[in-house]
This record gives sequence, structure tokens and C-alpha cells, in this order.
Amino acid sequence: MKVTEKDVAYVADLANLELTQDERRLLLRDLNSILDYVDRLSQLDTTDLPPMSQISDRYGVDQSRTGSERFAYASREDILEGLRKSLPHEVALQNAPDTDGTFFKVPKVIER
Amino acid sequence: MDLNALTIEAARAGVQARETTATSLAEAFYAKIETTDPEIGAYLTLSKDRALEQAARMDSLAAKGEELPPLGGVPVGIKDVMVTRGVRTTAGSKILANYIPPYDCTAVARLEAAGAVVLGKLNCDEFAMGSSNENSAWRPVHNPRDLSRVPGGSSGGSAAAVAADMAVATLGSDTGGSIRQPASFCGVVGLMPTYGRVSRYGLIAFASSLDRIGPLTKTVRDAAIALRTIAGRDPMDSTSAEVPVPDYVAELEKPVRGLKLGVAKEYFGEGLDSEVRKSVEAAIQKLAGSGCEIVPVSLPHTEYAIPTYYLVATAEASSNLARFDGVRYGYRARDARTLSEMYRRSRDHGFGAEVKRRIMLGTYALSAGYYDAYYLKAQRVRTLLVRDFEEAFKKVDAIVTPTSPTAAFKLGEKVDDPLSMYLADIFTVTADLSGIPGISVPCGETKENLPVGLQILGKHFDEATILRVAHAYEQAA
Repeated sequence: MKVTEKDVAYVADLANLELTQDERRLLLRDLNSILDYVDRLSQLDTTDLPPMSQISDRYGVDQSRTGSERFAYASREDILEGLRKSLPHEVALQNAPDTDGTFFKVPKVIER
Repeated sequence: MDLNALTIEAARAGVQARETTATSLAEAFYAKIETTDPEIGAYLTLSKDRALEQAARMDSLAAKGEELPPLGGVPVGIKDVMVTRGVRTTAGSKILANYIPPYDCTAVARLEAAGAVVLGKLNCDEFAMGSSNENSAWRPVHNPRDLSRVPGGSSGGSAAAVAADMAVATLGSDTGGSIRQPASFCGVVGLMPTYGRVSRYGLIAFASSLDRIGPLTKTVRDAAIALRTIAGRDPMDSTSAEVPVPDYVAELEKPVRGLKLGVAKEYFGEGLDSEVRKSVEAAIQKLAGSGCEIVPVSLPHTEYAIPTYYLVATAEASSNLARFDGVRYGYRARDARTLSEMYRRSRDHGFGAEVKRRIMLGTYALSAGYYDAYYLKAQRVRTLLVRDFEEAFKKVDAIVTPTSPTAAFKLGEKVDDPLSMYLADIFTVTADLSGIPGISVPCGETKENLPVGLQILGKHFDEATILRVAHAYEQAA
């Protein structure tokens, strides 16, 4: 088993999940089964291969351009008039579970 | 005429010629939804006011004798992962149960600007994570061909709505096969465009380097019309490409004679259902009969695609779904005393089991000590998968494969075994990871009358060729 109960608790903590005892037990089983399957990737020698995080710098762009020049079409002038309009304040707040009309409200951050 | 069975062009022509009205069309579809959808479960939310307003606009244009836009009066449905201003959008999740978006997804806005009438929002796996639509927090979708079977996923509602005549066309999203596999299971056409071809603005993010929006339709011609409408650079999505959009509809009629179609043995091996194999091989013969040259190709790293996908997609998902924290929108647990407790409980109660499983897997793959072994490793193998296609496309114009190894499976059949569910995507994830376009077109049925899908994969930004091949097959079949 690659993943232990301790790992599940640690990862749940990183992911901001609490999880019930039942959920932790099932996740222990599922993560191990999936990671066992994923292990077949270790059959491949990938030492000299570049990692690919996305394909959009490879296709649909002018390869003769480098760096930020390649994506010049996607940038805009950094001027106030070039900015898009923001959502009106009340619209930005309308889906919030709790507000005071100006800010999003959350439970206490710091314990006294 | 049977209003519910119309194609995009026939529906628009009917409204234009005043043989029907956009309003009667919308009403006919709502009536069909009312009688049929209780047993299918495709729609989550209906947007009747918005639909009837748009229909009235189209009717008044037609009444004045003005030319309707390309989708004038055409009733469509939208997968519930695309935001719609003022119309509840849940992504199939309880965490967004009451979310009313303040803006429109670009693809939806473009369909409406072209005259389409948005009937409502379609059921899907929660946050588009699933291959059977059983991960919807609301209800599963039943396959219109056989109610005991799944419609596929995650765009199960989008496929079922088209198959059951509850929409002329729909939008779905594809991250690992979520347009093509349900299209195949329900016997409709499903097109995943090239990464960057269609703006992702307003698509609730699952895995940002993979996610794509595309149409599900009754015919290949309709898919071409829908793609022409939604494709093209959008300043709101910096990954949308500045590549000219051809007239996909005009391109359909070009002959396929002489096109080279690759067949990869890796897609016809172990695990492929014998009836699916038979249908797909017969379809390939048909294309050969239309003058296409069939060329063997090899995609040697195909067997590594699923593990690569489930590391890349879950890692990106764990990051994307961090935004659901009960602060700005969505569900908030009420019993929490501290901020940290509020985050945890909101996410615990709001997310379903599969979403939590993927967040956990992705977080694990990105965590200190495992990042190199899992996430980085998967990204390097992704390079190999892309190179496989680059090599193959030096020899051929398109590649033909089965869309899914089996026809639609039974509801409940795979829910307890996440890994076997993941393997349902074995023929579709490679195109997602490589950024290439793919289309699934119906190619016959099994003995149990379940549809089989032929998948056609193309070069980056060459949707025109796969649409042309799919159209030629559809016409010949």
C-alpha cells in the first residue's frame, strides 16, 4: 500500500476537506487502487523528455516568435481605458452566502 | 412536420418561411420535455422566459421578412457547466445549488447572437467528472435508447436531449471524452474541437489544459454549423487561439477520395467489445469504398493515456476547485465556528464522492515528495502522447477508431469501481491530452439495438477534415 491512513488525513488537510471516517476508509482503498494502476508510467524512461503543461504554446501560434511575442495577440495595453468593466458591487455580492452589503462576511479568522 | 425532429437548417428555414414560428417550436420542445423528460432526466433547469423572449425576437424578424441569423429560432440546450446570466447553473453539484451567474459563457452568447433559443440547462456528472452521468448530485440520466442504461458522461444530458428530440442541438464539454462518449452511447454526433478553437470563458473549470466546449447534434452538418458559430478568438480567454475559422459547412462537400485515414492497432486490442469492433470495421470499409486510403499507423503510448490523464486532470481539478470555499458564492455550512472549519464543512457537504476522490488524488499528486513521481511524470508522458500523434499525422489526414470500447452499460454497473469507470475513456483521453479535435458519429448498432460510435481524430485546427470524413460516412451509411 502506497497511501496510508496518515497520508489520507494529511492530504485531506491540504485540500481543505474534513471527511468522515467512512469516507477516509473508502478513499484509502480507492487511492491505492488507482495509484497501483498509475504505476505503469514508471515503465517509461522519461528522463530527457520536457514536461507538457499545456499545448497552446505549440499549436495555433506563430512558432517563429519567441517568448511573450508569441502571445502578443492575447495581451492588451496596460491603460485604464483598456480595462474591462468590473461587475457592479451589488451584482458581485448577490451570490454570497453572507455579506454586510459592502464586504463578504466570514466566521472569525483569529481565535482570541 | 415533426417539429421536434428537425435539423438546425430545417428549423431555421421553417421559421424563416413562416411555416412555423420560433415560439411554436420552443413550445413544442417544452411540451416534449414535459412528457419525455421525467423518465430521461436530461434537463436540470428550464429557461422559459429567456427562450420565449428570444423566440419572439426571431418571429418578429421573420414577420418583417428579414433574413434570420444562422440559428434563428433553433431550440438548443446547454450543459450545466456553462454559466448563463440569470439562469441557475449548478455544474451538477450541490455546492452550486442556488448559483445564479451574473454573466454568460461566450459559447452560449455566440449561439444566442446567432438566433438560437436556449431552452434550459442540461444534467451532467458533477463538475463534469464521470463517464456515466451517475455522478450528478441531482439525478442520473437514462439512455433514451434503453432506460436501464447510462447515456454516458459527463455530457449525458446533452446527448440524451438530442437523442430524445428534446433539443435540436446542445453544447457539451469534453475533458476526457465527455462529448464523444455520450454521443456514441446515445447515437448522436458529438464534436470536440481543437484546444483553443472555442473560448472557455464561462465554462466552470475542471482541468484547464484539457477542457473544451463543443456541440452535440443530430447530423454532422449541424455540428459544422454549430462549430462555425461558436469558434474563434475571444479576448476573454487568453488560451483561445487566433487562428482563422473556415466555413466548416462549405468544406463538408469537398470529396474525401484520396484522403488517408490511419487505423491504429492500439485501438483494436484487448477490451474492445466484439460487436463494437464489427461495426467500426464495417464503417472503415465503407470509407474505403468512398475512396479513402486506409493506412496502418501506430500510437505506441496509448496504454499510458489513462494513468496520465487521471494525474493531469485531477491535479488541475484540485487547484480549480479550491475556489469553492463558501465565501463568494455557493453553499456554506452554517454550523462552523472558525473560517477553517467553514471551508472544510462547506466543501465536505457540498461536494459528492467522485469530486472528493479526484480532489484527493490530485492534491496527493501535487504534494511535496510526490510531485515529481506523479504530476511531473505524467506531464512528461503527455509529451510522448503528443509525439505519437505528430508522427502518425505525418502519414495520414485523420485517424479512425472506436469512440468507446463498449456500447452503453447498465446504470449501477460500474459505480462501485472507480478504476473500471475510468477505463471507459480509454479511446477518448488521448485526444484531450494532445489537444487535437475528435468527432463521434453513429456507426450502427449492437444486437441489443445500442448505438456504436465511430471516432475520427484530426490534426490541430483541422476540424474541417474530420467533419468532412464524418459527413461522407453519414451520407454513405
